[in-house]
Amino acid sequence: MSAATDWRDRARRLWDRDPVKVLALLAVIYAVYIALGLAIGFEIRGQINSIATLTFYIGVFGILALALNLHWGYTGLFNIGIVGFMAIGIYTMAVVSKPVAETASQIGGLGAPLWVGMIAGMVAAAVLGLLVALPALRLRADYLAIVTIAFSEIVRFTLLSRTFQEFQVGDRTIGLGGGSGLILPFNPLQSFLDVTRLNVLQDALVALATPVIGGNADAVVNSMLYGVLLLVVVAIYYVVLTRIGRSPFGRVLKAIREDEDATKALGKDTNVVKTKAFMVGCALMGLGGVLWYMQSGAITPNTFRPRLTFFIWIALIIGGAGSNTGSVMGGAVFAAALFQGPRYLQNLVESAIEVDAPSNFSGAVAPIVDSLTLNPFLFYVIDNVRQLQLVFMGLVLIWLMHNRPEGMLGHRKEEAASVSLTRPPAGQGTAADGGRPDTGGDANE
Amino acid sequence: MGVSESYERGRNLFQSNPVGFVLGLAVLILMLDLVRQLVTGELDVARFGLVLKAGIMRGMVIGLAGIGLSLTYSILNFANFAHGDYLTSGAFAGMAVSYLVAGKFGSEANIGALLLVGTGGSVFGGALGVGVVTAPAAVLAGVVVAGVATIGLTLLVDRYVFRPIRDRSGIALLITSIGVAFVLRYLILFVFGGSKRGVTAEQPSLSVGVPGGAIEIGTHDVALFVVAAALMAGIHLLLQNTKLGKAMRAMADNEDLARVTGIPTERVVKYTWILGGGLTGVAGYMFVLWKGTLGFFDGWLLLLLVFAAVILGGIGSIYGAITGGLVIGITFSMAPIWIPSAFGRAAAFVVMIVILIAKPEGIFGGTSTA
Repeated sequence: MSAATDWRDRARRLWDRDPVKVLALLAVIYAVYIALGLAIGFEIRGQINSIATLTFYIGVFGILALALNLHWGYTGLFNIGIVGFMAIGIYTMAVVSKPVAETASQIGGLGAPLWVGMIAGMVAAAVLGLLVALPALRLRADYLAIVTIAFSEIVRFTLLSRTFQEFQVGDRTIGLGGGSGLILPFNPLQSFLDVTRLNVLQDALVALATPVIGGNADAVVNSMLYGVLLLVVVAIYYVVLTRIGRSPFGRVLKAIREDEDATKALGKDTNVVKTKAFMVGCALMGLGGVLWYMQSGAITPNTFRPRLTFFIWIALIIGGAGSNTGSVMGGAVFAAALFQGPRYLQNLVESAIEVDAPSNFSGAVAPIVDSLTLNPFLFYVIDNVRQLQLVFMGLVLIWLMHNRPEGMLGHRKEEAASVSLTRPPAGQGTAADGGRPDTGGDANE
Repeated sequence: MGVSESYERGRNLFQSNPVGFVLGLAVLILMLDLVRQLVTGELDVARFGLVLKAGIMRGMVIGLAGIGLSLTYSILNFANFAHGDYLTSGAFAGMAVSYLVAGKFGSEANIGALLLVGTGGSVFGGALGVGVVTAPAAVLAGVVVAGVATIGLTLLVDRYVFRPIRDRSGIALLITSIGVAFVLRYLILFVFGGSKRGVTAEQPSLSVGVPGGAIEIGTHDVALFVVAAALMAGIHLLLQNTKLGKAMRAMADNEDLARVTGIPTERVVKYTWILGGGLTGVAGYMFVLWKGTLGFFDGWLLLLLVFAAVILGGIGSIYGAITGGLVIGITFSMAPIWIPSAFGRAAAFVVMIVILIAKPEGIFGGTSTA
């Protein structure tokens, strides 16, 4: 065997490992962003900032796509109420962990430590998951979809209503803040770093970055660190969910996805298993909501509209339902190409040329009709990238469902069996059941 | 009939359908409480009449849009999440034409502003006099275009989006329809702008005096009711008396069997979209004309209520969709009598969820497409 084929063989075997694929994808995404940043002419501060934002979104979409994969990819539960569980997570966390109000006019919290609030948020999301699951899991998939999305809207109306804006628990004023939302006076990153004594690392990074970036380097370093922290959470989710998926419990989940009646016939109490899986997924979504919004300073109910749910669905479908690796990669691709990408391109164009966009569509089209001038229309497009990107997401979703419903990695659904059900490659002896040996070896089987 | 006998009957009813029994009991209690509130004057008749009227009007819109959703749901076997944005599309297409006609084809205002339904406050429907009495031709043209344009849109979407994956599962089609919804909604936002605008002029209304005030019955209330009722009656006749109706029922029941019997299933699908799209577009336009404001989110906000109505009535039943629409509309409007008004929509959803648990096949369950 020559050295070249040996090297290629090793590269292929390396590529077959999922973490390598994920890291390669991330490397490509970051390379493109850095190149674009250089093209825009970002200072190093702007460059790191944009990378930090990108990392943040890769993290949150990866986390939520993984949680959704437990519902849809493993168990086949069509949950389109994700945003409701996220909202419950962060709102519960806010109420539990916000400091006690000093004056009666302020909306305070219960003043518990941050980690207590996070656990409370997860528990609340799981309990509400149970509340939805009890009636809804018996229903057909499309009915479950409608119930979950209606549920997420009920959550939003509740958060919006004046009824729960503020109320008294003992002598403390707490509440959900109604339409104006809640202030979140948290600094989760700092608390985490202080507890884990990693603040030494943070100080070192700030000291290192200050000569390069200039003053106030800690803001940039902190946002980067939070992004990295989210990626660590993605890794933890990945490991936990992969372990769940490979456990006997996970095999029952996959069996339910394939054929619930057959699973029942084998003596599995599918309702209990589905309810458990649903609650675990909801708790993970609740934590996802907490991690997304806890450092944002404030939350309002209308952030939690159903379209956020569909973003996560698109991320999962890009990666391929049923595969945890696919979920992470889908989250990364969605964050980089569909969510942040168009905005980044908008920045790129706006830094290169003076965009003098017309205020409405007729101002954009009239010059084309009058004098075949295309510029106002293009400016209008650039100015409205945030709307057009949703159109684009819709088109991508349609295209994926037409051409690649199994996701970018191809068919990766794990089997509901502890042994591989694929045929062994040709020439490896007889089939396991002692039948006639497999002679064809047809790749298309 | 003795007491024990009626008690026995009640017990049997409870045992055969406990959730339905509790639900019926809840409705009965609410009705009794309503009578009590009206008699004691806690709730004056004028307010009651107003919310009831609003509920019926909303219910007519939901019912009309629900027929279209119900037809495609039963024949193509998927929940179409783009349906709400078909409503919005119909409303925008129709209103653009109404503006154009009311604005005398550009002689009263910039033609671009008219066609974009006064985006960014460039022209106002009130100033143009859009309304049944003040500009009947504009409204008539608007209704027709709303229907026709939505039919065109649904056929176009079906041809390029749904037909290529007709044989896939209902869930795959559902996910695809979410993509369609995104494309339509945000294209509308891109073209027409995001402002929620007033589109109609003041119309004459009839005031009926009742204790505690008066109930206003506006021209657009009447117009909405008449158009919706006429279309519902029309679709009833069409589905009952023509071969198309029979073919649609056959397809909803068993598509393969329908095909081997010689029913041209693709053509039936096309007619389904034509009927559903037309009704939906008109429903969207009439809804906007009735409430007087237009925004790109209107249809999406209505969609879950339409789903609630269709599920309530039983998928595939047009009478179910109409009844469900009225129940959901009235629930939505009357709930604030008992609970904070922020929860009107939530109450309608809760009714749907309860029905799904108690009677997943809907009140008119079993019948399909007629």
